[in-house]
Amino acid sequence: MVISCEQVWQEISNYLENEVDPSLRASIEEHVRGCKRCTAVLDGTRNIIQLYGDDRLFQVPMGYGWRLRRRLADYMPGRRGTAYGWLIAVAALGLFTATLGLARSAASAPPTARSEHAQPGKGIPSGLTVLVAGHGKLFHIAGCTFIHEKDGPVRSMTAGEAIKEGYTPCTRCLGEYLSRLANLLRKQAWAVLLL
Amino acid sequence: MAMLEGASSVDRLAPKVDAHEESLIRRIQNGEQELFYELVKPHERRVYTAAFAILRNPADAEEVAQEAMLKAFTHLKQFRAEARFSTWLIQIAVNEARMRLRKDHSEVMEPIGERQDDEGTYTPREFADWRELPSEALERSEIRQLLLEALASLKSKYREVFVLRDIHHLSIEEVAAILEISRASVKTRLLRARLMLRDFLAPRVAAGWFGREPFQKGNKPW
Repeated sequence: MVISCEQVWQEISNYLENEVDPSLRASIEEHVRGCKRCTAVLDGTRNIIQLYGDDRLFQVPMGYGWRLRRRLADYMPGRRGTAYGWLIAVAALGLFTATLGLARSAASAPPTARSEHAQPGKGIPSGLTVLVAGHGKLFHIAGCTFIHEKDGPVRSMTAGEAIKEGYTPCTRCLGEYLSRLANLLRKQAWAVLLL
Repeated sequence: MAMLEGASSVDRLAPKVDAHEESLIRRIQNGEQELFYELVKPHERRVYTAAFAILRNPADAEEVAQEAMLKAFTHLKQFRAEARFSTWLIQIAVNEARMRLRKDHSEVMEPIGERQDDEGTYTPREFADWRELPSEALERSEIRQLLLEALASLKSKYREVFVLRDIHHLSIEEVAAILEISRASVKTRLLRARLMLRDFLAPRVAAGWFGREPFQKGNKPW
């Protein structure tokens, strides 16, 4: 079947999308082989499809994904003004205040002190379970390697009771414990604030 | 709502929602709203591109893309898994962009195309040889700019069809459903869009525009 240039142009899309029957396809190919103009149109149209189908053509503005995510987050119900939201805010404030308090208490130790053993355990939660050894002068966290059996039988009590009985905190285990607690509270406070 | 009127025609298409997407949609519909971004993240680029193709302005396109996402979030319960989620999203973006155009009366800025009507057949006018297609062409910003310029020169009815079909690779049926036109109209407009773009770009290619190497110090062209 012999076809004209105009017929080829009208079928170019269908030809490129494989939507022409075999006899028309053969006719188009035969025509194009001998027609420079139709070859140019066919090649050019194929290139158009290839170029525009490439993902690299459209570039989204920088930060587009981030701004979209933020807009969605702002829009989501439950993010603002709910009881849950207020609860989180209050908890965050509480944790933050506790952290600041701990940090302040640690920083406010008299600089003239020569021995931390003399400190009566500032900043230590009074309900914290600690261990004391009979003849010892320190109280410890369970597992502390500085509890000596030679000091007598080990007893368990709260930090408040230990302080009342004249025991002072072990700077090794309780110092480390307080430092870890302060870090943990600080991290939790930031995590909640950033929610 | 206008946005959802076209959804009925899209919903008639074959179900193509993948299992993960379907699971996410169900969880969001059941209250896990924070998962919505995970659901739309794979499609955020396509939504932007659809809006940009219609509005031809990055700032407007981004705003419309955001609005489309918010509408999708609000109306997610109305989404029926009878169509692809991405198609549904793009349809919302297209409708939003069209509304923005109408609102801004931007249609008056449409290119004047004496040859851009549906009547009669379209006759190519440029026959420059364009056999070669450098694979690195799109890595050059001036070429991307030229292609965008060519796309912007089309009237919106051609541009929309071309973008949905040749850039987003939607099926002819999906394009017809989104734009609420017949399958035959999609094919006619698509052919014209492709030929017009070829007419726009071929002479520049023939002039060596795509193939020219950038001038480099110490590498004189003579």
